[in-house]
Amino acid sequence: METQALEQIAAQVRRDVLRMVYQANSGHPGGALGLADILVALYWAHIRHVPSPFSPSGEGEDVFILSNGHVCAAWYAVLARVGYFPLSELATFRRINSRLQGHPATKEGLPGVRIATGSLGQGLSVGIGIALGKKLRRDPHFVYIMLGDGEINEGQIWEAALFAAHHRVDNLIAILDRNYKQIDGDTREVLNTDPVEEKWKAFGWEVLSLREAHSMPIILSTLQEATARTGHGKPIMIVAYTVMGKGVDFMENDYRWHGKPPNAAEYERAIAQLPMVLNDF
Amino acid sequence: MRPQYVDTGARDTRSGFGAGLVEAAQKDERIVALAADLMSSVKMDAFAQRFPERFFQCGVAEANMIGVAAGLATAGFIPFVGTFASFAVGRGYDQIRQSICYSGKNVKIAASHAGLTLGEDGATHQMLEDLGMMRGLPGMTVLSPCDYNQTRLATLAAAEWAGPVYLRFGRPPVPNFTFVEDPSFEIGKIQTLLEGDDGVIFATGHMVWHALQAAYILEEEGLFLAVVNVHTLKPVDEAGIRGWLERAPVVVTAEEHQVHNGLGDLIASVAARYCPRFVEKVAVQDTFGESGKPHELLEKYGLTASDIVAAVKCAMQRVHDFSWRR
Repeated sequence: METQALEQIAAQVRRDVLRMVYQANSGHPGGALGLADILVALYWAHIRHVPSPFSPSGEGEDVFILSNGHVCAAWYAVLARVGYFPLSELATFRRINSRLQGHPATKEGLPGVRIATGSLGQGLSVGIGIALGKKLRRDPHFVYIMLGDGEINEGQIWEAALFAAHHRVDNLIAILDRNYKQIDGDTREVLNTDPVEEKWKAFGWEVLSLREAHSMPIILSTLQEATARTGHGKPIMIVAYTVMGKGVDFMENDYRWHGKPPNAAEYERAIAQLPMVLNDF
Repeated sequence: MRPQYVDTGARDTRSGFGAGLVEAAQKDERIVALAADLMSSVKMDAFAQRFPERFFQCGVAEANMIGVAAGLATAGFIPFVGTFASFAVGRGYDQIRQSICYSGKNVKIAASHAGLTLGEDGATHQMLEDLGMMRGLPGMTVLSPCDYNQTRLATLAAAEWAGPVYLRFGRPPVPNFTFVEDPSFEIGKIQTLLEGDDGVIFATGHMVWHALQAAYILEEEGLFLAVVNVHTLKPVDEAGIRGWLERAPVVVTAEEHQVHNGLGDLIASVAARYCPRFVEKVAVQDTFGESGKPHELLEKYGLTASDIVAAVKCAMQRVHDFSWRR
């Protein structure tokens, strides 16, 4: 697919995120806006997946896990637009009786979700388990796991980092949403994880640096390079230097937009920066 | 004449798990196992030797182990994770909650060295809260078999059971008195070991043997207490428990667990709903344990046959006093 078409989808996904969070009057816009480009690149141009009928086991296809579940507004918009469930369902985000829970869940049977995430630090381990399952079954597909920047404070992440390297889980590609933001502020002030690339390398991972994490061609080439490095005995980490709140000027790089919806005035300012590109939900 | 249960030779329940795991894995190649540097202690070494490709050593990292198991379950496998109960529940609760129960993953948690009878390692390792914590999780099945033979059967049954299972067992050799093949063992059903009309003792895990000994002591005094093995704490066999509550005026529970949230509270809750009874609980009374030999600990913390006898008499006195006041 042309990168321009992907950029248009990502622009619409950003608009979806803002409308979902505003209409629900709750949610996590900052990280979701920052991940729209990578998620669109993954689902439209990189991972090998079957939206329908959805296979909960993911056997015979690539599997994606959103370990930083709070940014699910972007993921839901991507899943809906790529064909996992009706676009209209985005309007139910965070509402009673919805399949679109505040954090991703399997209980309501939302296609595309294979594990509940929300309590941070758990998705990497789960992804490793799925990757091991693929090796046992001789399934040549990969597992992709998105991790939040604050999320890697969790001890379980580093347990999983040790495990994946030790067991040579080389059919796994993790992506770190390195926006240097977490709920209480800048990651370097809350709990510093720098130098993060060196940490993952020291843990035995193959590390790729995605410096221009909002450039569609560079995202795609980095994902391709990551895929090319699978099968060589090491798990792979892409450190993606994203901008939290990307696309809305007053939300960009401001940690306060981690988990609050815009008010009416803020919404008007924001949505004006995100014009409709495709059809709205 | 009531049946006389005989100890066929003390064996550890964890070895019953180890034997059951290998048998289950022979039958079903989807079964995989994960250990957290306690493979030998939890008796998973036979599995690891027999099925090296299906065994994953995770190191001292329980949270990750439980997450990896949830992933393997997602991919269609049936993982057994094995560690001490204190670490499985203590370090893995959030992972058990979100990655297993909430996500509906078919993972079996093999929790060894539960209770005071872990012994010399002391209170850090003596898990006494786990039944309550696991019972509170939607979708979790909680098993607490009573001896080697039953732990083997419970392991086989857990392997075939659809959904998450918490399987609790222990460290020391204990009397082995149930049958090798036992059709009366069924997940979700109480097991009546002795019948009696003077009262009922509900027991679980290692305490079932002590409950039987208590019943035999009371029999010599002319009192016939039923002994019911509650090896499944969830799903609760309400009908079975209710049946005994209606029949027996005196109710005692016995468990190697805190007095809160365990078997005693479970029975009291069924009684409160269907058939009000005084319930006397033999359990650890809201305190931590300590180092010592298993039998010394059971004596010091009031978990012996004579403690159960005393509890039965206490409950009888309570029933008598109450009816007299009325």
